[in-house]
Amino acid sequence: MDLVPWLHVVDARLMSVRLSIVVVEPDQERARLIVESLRAAGDHEILVIRETTGLARRIGQADPDIVLIDIADPSRDTLEELALASGPLERPVAMFVDRSEQGLTRAAIEAGVSAYVVDGLRAERLKPVLDAAMARFQMFRQMRTELAATRRALEERKVIDRAKGLLMKARGIDEGEAYALLRRTAMDQGRRVADVAEALVTAAGLLS
Amino acid sequence: MNLPALSVGFTPLVDAAPVIVAREMGFARAEGVAITLHRAPSWSASRDMLAFGAVDAAHMLSAVPVATALGLGGAGAPIHALSVLSVNGNVIGVSRALASRMRGQGFGFDFRDARAAGTALLDAAGPGLRVGVPFPFSMHAELIRYWFAALPAAPEAGVEIRTVPPPLMAEAIGAGEIDAFCVGEPWGSIAVETGTGELLLPGCAIWDAAPEKVLAMRAGEAEPARFTPLMRALWRAGRWLAQPGSRTAAAEVLARPEYLDMPAEVVDRALSGRMTVSARGDARRVERLVAFDPDQAGFPWGDQAAWIGRRLARRAGLDLESAERAAREVFRGDLYRQMLAGTGAAMPSAESRDTAPGLQRGRFFDSRVFDTSRVE
Repeated sequence: MDLVPWLHVVDARLMSVRLSIVVVEPDQERARLIVESLRAAGDHEILVIRETTGLARRIGQADPDIVLIDIADPSRDTLEELALASGPLERPVAMFVDRSEQGLTRAAIEAGVSAYVVDGLRAERLKPVLDAAMARFQMFRQMRTELAATRRALEERKVIDRAKGLLMKARGIDEGEAYALLRRTAMDQGRRVADVAEALVTAAGLLS
Repeated sequence: MNLPALSVGFTPLVDAAPVIVAREMGFARAEGVAITLHRAPSWSASRDMLAFGAVDAAHMLSAVPVATALGLGGAGAPIHALSVLSVNGNVIGVSRALASRMRGQGFGFDFRDARAAGTALLDAAGPGLRVGVPFPFSMHAELIRYWFAALPAAPEAGVEIRTVPPPLMAEAIGAGEIDAFCVGEPWGSIAVETGTGELLLPGCAIWDAAPEKVLAMRAGEAEPARFTPLMRALWRAGRWLAQPGSRTAAAEVLARPEYLDMPAEVVDRALSGRMTVSARGDARRVERLVAFDPDQAGFPWGDQAAWIGRRLARRAGLDLESAERAAREVFRGDLYRQMLAGTGAAMPSAESRDTAPGLQRGRFFDSRVFDTSRVE
């Protein structure tokens, strides 16, 4: 008879340490990095869901304490359904809202991560998890910006090279003169060299 | 000259036109405000951007401020609606398999008669129909529920309503995850273009004056007066959009990469009401598929909020009367009056109750007239 309350005590203590976390992330490499960061934040049970079809149902089955999802992921809207979960065994999950001075929710949103938590989960239990996720998402964002900038620069260089080639052929000038002509035109028109080159390449494509 | 600045969130849809046009056609500048636009990846992200101050105002689903007031899916700061930016604008579509079954049973896809379309849909689909909507708290979800509940043979229990983000709607119906959808344009037309679905009805065939998007601000806004120039610019943008001659320019602006990023021809369909309903190119004409005229639609009626609030409350098992009271507080007819005073904007003579000429209450497909005493 005394076994029962004793079990409850153990159970409650275990519960207070381990959290069950679902990470919604379609990209395998990103998911791996997020999980790595979360492991460093504590001994938690982590499940990654990469498939976003039927997301609300999948999460309902996993019954987690916390759901983490990229704020830019349009599938996030399906999580709003969880707020209405009203089955007898379902726990309501809601967007984590933090009213503390530090504004944890605002910081998370700025970092690009949204957290949904079960009713009653305290902020101090969530904080280490969210801090780890935020650091990781901030890194992703930085990488994405760098990648986009690099890609744009590469594309622009390709267009400029093609425009130079067209000018060299059409006017019988060398590469240096072709670039000087592009740059002069760009300055005269108050446009970027890449834009002038692009217009030239497009026009040449239409005329050929 | 440095104008006071406001940042406004929008979601890529045809009905984001007023905020985009207010900026691009210079109405905002003319009213003395510089607006910057921020494209939101989802409705929940847009709501949170607003709630946590990443933007000052947002193009928002009419049901979201009401849901937030009822504690449904909220993210902290409550939000209020300053005006109704658009009425209607949604379309209902079905998978190609379901469309061909309906055609096989003799249905003609007139894109008009909601009773006949609904009956044909339920006949062809059988039990367990899955309908995708963009957000759990939306006019889309309420139109679908109203429609099925008011059909002659309508077991709502047999219909499952699922949330699918608009850009993924065509993919979801193509993959067989849903059988039908209700979504804002141009996403229904995208399903037609990708050959994954066919269009069955415009949303306005269910309710011809459904308040669809609102301009939302934080409820705790210390200085609502700073929104006056924005509200006036949006009023002018709405009037401009209501002129048939503006359509081509509007479609071109909306189509740009930073806004909807899709062909202007697809954007134009909803604006012109000339819809292509199947991949075979069947064309249908619709009046007021999406309507922006603020003198017919702009005033945020307490009654509209009450209608939404009572329906959300019933679904969530909340008390209907207190839900209605909370909902009415959220649509700020009082601020609309103050901010547009002197512009000549049409307003009801007393908030909610009386109708000024031009302001439309609308009618449902089952011939009921929108009426506050019958809100349920």
